[in-house]
Amino acid sequence: MSKNQYETVIILTPVLSEQQMKDAVAGYRGLITDNGGEMVHEENWGLTKLAYPIDKKGTGFYHLFEFTAEPEFIKAFELAFRRDERVMRYMTVSLDKWGIQFNHKKRNGEMKSSTAKEKKADAKGILTSEENEG
Amino acid sequence: MSKDPNFIFNQTPQVLQNKKYCRFKKHGIKYIDYKDKDFLLKFVNEQGKILPRRITGTSLKFQRKISVAIKRARHLALLPFVADGLK
Repeated sequence: MSKNQYETVIILTPVLSEQQMKDAVAGYRGLITDNGGEMVHEENWGLTKLAYPIDKKGTGFYHLFEFTAEPEFIKAFELAFRRDERVMRYMTVSLDKWGIQFNHKKRNGEMKSSTAKEKKADAKGILTSEENEG
Repeated sequence: MSKDPNFIFNQTPQVLQNKKYCRFKKHGIKYIDYKDKDFLLKFVNEQGKILPRRITGTSLKFQRKISVAIKRARHLALLPFVADGLK
């Protein structure tokens, strides 16, 4: 069975405490690894402001999983999100080879200044002033 | 308007000067990250609408990718569906 690489972002409700949020995340991490998936990368963005309210909440805990898994697993994974009241929003994206390459470079901070000048700001976590074009 | 034969000739160099280009092709960017909010902000107007490629100069191939990336970002509440004074 061939495995694909996926990337999932979930938004957890801000009502949770820091520990409850970590427990929820650990639960999903366990779900991935128990079903033959392999964690590639994980990112916790912490309590982040939403661009628009979801379930009357203005903020949410963002968490990103990057993992390899069999395509069949995704259905079960997303079903778990739908059943879970703590998850306000979720999205799973399957990564193509460019996506995998991009994420790998971003993680290692190998963003070349010439090719990815415009993306550098995000890679280094610095907010740059907006460039208005057009 | 004018019958001046140079009229058109005068216009052409200016058009060439302001020629638009696709920034993804120029910089060799292959993947557009939907999580990069500040980058995607360059391709929407102040109301949060996706800018047409006749304004940004993006090639069709990457315009499609941008539009997908922006829609993904909207779903994750990184970008608003509707906004006022985004910039």
